[in-house]
Amino acid sequence: MAEGKKIRTMSFAGAIEDALGQAMASDNRIVIFGEDVHGLRMNLFVRFGEKRVRPTPISESAFLGAAVGAAMAGLKPVVEIMMVDFLGVAMDALLNEAAKLEAFSGGKWKAPMVVRAACGGGYGDGGQHEQSLWGWLAHIPGLAVVAPSTPADAGSLMLTALQHDGPVVYLEHKLLSNYWLEYLGSGGRTTVSYDIPLEGANGPVPDTWEALPLGRAVTRREGSDITLVSVAVGVHRCLEAAAALEKESVSTGVIDLRSISPLDRKTICEAVSKSKRLLIVDEDYRDFGLSGEVAAILLEAGLTFKYGRVCTEGTIPYSRNLEDAALPSTGRIIEAARKLL
Amino acid sequence: MGTDLQALYRLMLRSRRFEEAVTKLWEAGKISGEMHLGVGEEGVVAGVVAHLRDGDAMALDHRGTPPLVMRGVDLALLLKEFLGRSDGLCKGMGGHMHLFSAQHLAASSGIVGSSGPLATGFAMAAQYLHPGNISVAFFGDGASNQGMLLESFNLASAWQLPLIFVCKDNTWAIATQSPKVTGGDITDRARSFGLEAAEVDGSDVEAVYAAAGHLIERARDGDGPSFLLAHCPRLEGHYLGDPLRRANMMELAGPLMTAFVAQPGASVAERAYSLGTLLSLVGKTTVEKNWRRHDPLDKARRKLQSQKSGLDALEKEIEAEIRLALETAMMEA
Ligand SMILES: Cc1ncc(C[n+]2csc(CCOP(=O)(O)OP(=O)(O)O)c2C)c(N)n1
Repeated sequence: MAEGKKIRTMSFAGAIEDALGQAMASDNRIVIFGEDVHGLRMNLFVRFGEKRVRPTPISESAFLGAAVGAAMAGLKPVVEIMMVDFLGVAMDALLNEAAKLEAFSGGKWKAPMVVRAACGGGYGDGGQHEQSLWGWLAHIPGLAVVAPSTPADAGSLMLTALQHDGPVVYLEHKLLSNYWLEYLGSGGRTTVSYDIPLEGANGPVPDTWEALPLGRAVTRREGSDITLVSVAVGVHRCLEAAAALEKESVSTGVIDLRSISPLDRKTICEAVSKSKRLLIVDEDYRDFGLSGEVAAILLEAGLTFKYGRVCTEGTIPYSRNLEDAALPSTGRIIEAARKLL
Repeated sequence: MGTDLQALYRLMLRSRRFEEAVTKLWEAGKISGEMHLGVGEEGVVAGVVAHLRDGDAMALDHRGTPPLVMRGVDLALLLKEFLGRSDGLCKGMGGHMHLFSAQHLAASSGIVGSSGPLATGFAMAAQYLHPGNISVAFFGDGASNQGMLLESFNLASAWQLPLIFVCKDNTWAIATQSPKVTGGDITDRARSFGLEAAEVDGSDVEAVYAAAGHLIERARDGDGPSFLLAHCPRLEGHYLGDPLRRANMMELAGPLMTAFVAQPGASVAERAYSLGTLLSLVGKTTVEKNWRRHDPLDKARRKLQSQKSGLDALEKEIEAEIRLALETAMMEA
């Protein structure tokens, strides 16, 4: 960075919008559609017009399926499913259409599309609006799934998703995206508060957006005694836990996966082969998901290590107290890490 | 049936006063997350619920509070649920969008359109286990574009289920005007599936009561499913703190103007159209407040006042009931 040059900073949501603006300006095949996108993406709507920013009825199975067809026929849809939870009504489009196309066509036909959805909890909206579901989606061959944790990654990964030649689910955590939290959480109130990871909600971004390689994790913190692996808001909880553990003289590494599928096996294996202790922190459900998958790939790589996990257990409760206990928290992470030491 | 306007008004008033109390708790930060009220649609709900009896079922959308209040669910239990208390209706697990009362065969969901299939199942059980009982699905005009709801129209019709689909048409789906994303006419759709269909002014509780009565009677007699579309106002925006209603054009102007001139992009005409669309969206949600003249309670009250039928006493009785529920809910921890 040249001396005296001002670094751009942006909110997480602002970075996504900025990257989308850059991409839409250079590729007019990119179109946005989904519920309420006139209001939600008003700046892009004004710049690129109704033809490229188009509100839909509440017909997720139709418009997500339409995104697949549109992508197959030459468009690059960024199709919005407000909350990832609502994918439930439209799963055919992803599970049996988008994800199967490349394989079924013998690699001859692809559907380059981005499914953008908000995910995650921590604001007391209940278990039909706060799920993460990235493990559930990543389970399906043919789908890529990303979940950024910083504004810089949020913008870059949007470009990554747009440049990928197949379907990508792009998950935007609501504790990082100020407008979602404002709409669904506070609603303009000053009487409620949330545990927002500040470095995830706002931060430095590049002057021009460039795509990251898909499936590349990043080491957020080096540490030799134990490796914490997480994604999205969990990364920030891990960093907080690592700072606390350092006071107990525990050297704690933190890996931010950024992409759940494809998964960066190499980065995880290298770190755990040194630390010999792995704690995975996953806001998605514990059973049959990312936390078990990471253990499996390390075992397949022949590593021996101590293992623990802090995940969401069971349906996410509405009550803020119960919710706090159900979601991975810094406290739960520290406690689980201590057990491995 | 001996349900007169006073009784219907009573149902509506209890719901309205209850939701006013809920609003205060939400504003004070004691209720988390979103809060969708049924303010404005009480006429529709009361006109239908007044016909229900033990064993009838209800599938509800994200505005489940009024139907449950009117069906007689304990008010303190509801409040405790909204407060996230372990002694709430659903032990603090559900909150206002996910309310369940097995005793009343009433279940809600935050997934738009899901009341259709659920009510279909309730009706199937009624047809098989308890002929004469019926089920009701409440949903909005927005939900009427959800595939599973339309599939339910067909299933209910094909199986001749004792079911009434009630569409509370407030013309909005959050910040999208339903007519702009809806092909054809919703009532025609229902009819084309073979449902008996009617349309009614949902702010006129007596009209809803009469229309629903006819359809419910048919269903009880085994004459099959039906559809009722009731027009109603949206008096409190989509939810409490609706951002469109709070939209500050001064704050938005800067980014919008930047977007308006950014190159490359759409033509000036297209951009102007977009700006116009946004302004009209904000304008329309703001003037919604003036829909007060369509307030179902005001309408009923005007009629009742001419009959001098003890409205003050009713008002006091309900206030006392809600105060007591609030005290109970706030007290025991
Ligand atoms: C499947 C699904 N898609 C989207 C949403 C988000 N959402 C919640 S309420 C709503 C609008 C519903 O409109 P309508 O059915 O007309 O009911 P209203 O809120 O106007 O009473 C939407 C889009 C959701 N909860 N579920």
